[in-house]
Amino acid sequence: MGKIIINNILRYPVFIVLQVFFFKNIGYYNLAAPFPYVLFLLLLPIGISNFPLYLIGLITGITIDIFYDTLGIHAAACIVLCAFRIFFHNITLDRKFDKSFITPTLSVMGFKWFASYAFLGVFIHHLFLFFLEVFSFQNISITLLSTLMSSIFTFSLILLISLFFYKKKSRILE
Amino acid sequence: MKNLWLFFVRYNAFFWFILFFVFALILTIQNNAFQKSHYLSSSNKVIGSFYQEIDSWKEYLSLEKQNRELSEENAQLRSNLYGYAQKAYLDSVKIKDSVDIERYRFTPAKVINNSIHQKNNYITLNKGAKDGIKSGMGVITSKGVVGIVLNVSPHFSTVQSLLHTETKVSVTLDSLDIFASLVWGDNTDSRFAMVQDIPNHIKVKKGNKIFTSGYSLFPEGIEVGEVVETEIISGDSFKNIRILLTTNFSSLQHVYVVDDVLGAEKKELEELEESNGKNNN
Repeated sequence: MGKIIINNILRYPVFIVLQVFFFKNIGYYNLAAPFPYVLFLLLLPIGISNFPLYLIGLITGITIDIFYDTLGIHAAACIVLCAFRIFFHNITLDRKFDKSFITPTLSVMGFKWFASYAFLGVFIHHLFLFFLEVFSFQNISITLLSTLMSSIFTFSLILLISLFFYKKKSRILE
Repeated sequence: MKNLWLFFVRYNAFFWFILFFVFALILTIQNNAFQKSHYLSSSNKVIGSFYQEIDSWKEYLSLEKQNRELSEENAQLRSNLYGYAQKAYLDSVKIKDSVDIERYRFTPAKVINNSIHQKNNYITLNKGAKDGIKSGMGVITSKGVVGIVLNVSPHFSTVQSLLHTETKVSVTLDSLDIFASLVWGDNTDSRFAMVQDIPNHIKVKKGNKIFTSGYSLFPEGIEVGEVVETEIISGDSFKNIRILLTTNFSSLQHVYVVDDVLGAEKKELEELEESNGKNNN
């Protein structure tokens, strides 16, 4: 458990630095921009209680916002992602995992679960992110298009990162 | 009472969500209303120095190109200087004219953070209030227009890029005496921009050059771009055109901040006009 907490604490600066100094400069015009830092929130331990989860989400979002000059937008999107996370864990995981401190990675949860978890999470995060950025429902088709393209972009990067750290070990889900 | 408490505990995920989300939303809306929060933006000293550090490493990657551009500009300036020197020899009588007063002052600055993939893009420069930069000054490169200074801290400043939904620059078309406004418009590509509100009877050809008009913050006659697509209909009596920008936003490094020395005087005079108009009404 101590090891998992330290892992998460180390993961935070790594994802922030990668996002603001590397992924920020990548994009397909302004249609698709990747935000793989959300993987940090997705990978928080399953058993984490709600209040700390939201607090970590808020802090992560605001950190990204400060670097992007968009105070509040990423924070709001991260809060939504945290809510989605709680909901998704509730409907897909057994009660017995509630108090477990497992990191929900690709290697632990299996491809099917992880892919649906990551893609839906990323899509909902990006949906709120882009609508809050535009702050209107005008040009809704362009906003939706960039949401979808960015989600695919981010999701591919998250899969790549997960495969890179893939470890063969006993799964808890099939 | 106990039931109410149980209800809150049972759905705590939802109630926490509402609380945190509303908090984030308030942050967002406040930020939109004030354009920028002054403390939590990239002209902040800590974040600015972060970007400067990273940029000092990134700079090495494009040194060759930067050098070439600077030497090209040097050559251009040298030829201009030669022209002036010759003129001085030809004119036997030197006339002191009010036009000779230095109108624009240029401060060179370096881009330490730049974005082109957002809907509203901002640039951070390594010069600030201590170098005489003020909010509202124009920013150009040797090749075109970059944007308008938005916020200034002692050592850094943020620039509202031309690639921003609210940036508007007054421009004029090559050889045609008309004025129009340059905006990023509905473009998603950092290489293109739009010129809006050109009267329909004006014939615009592909390849026509666009220059700044001198009505806004920028000196007159800076080349902005050239026409690549004409006749994008916007209304009945006006049309829009698409232009290819001369500024290369994806590799912006050295820029000049333009201080319009007589700008305040001009503005004062124009405001006088405005208040006169109000009195007449």
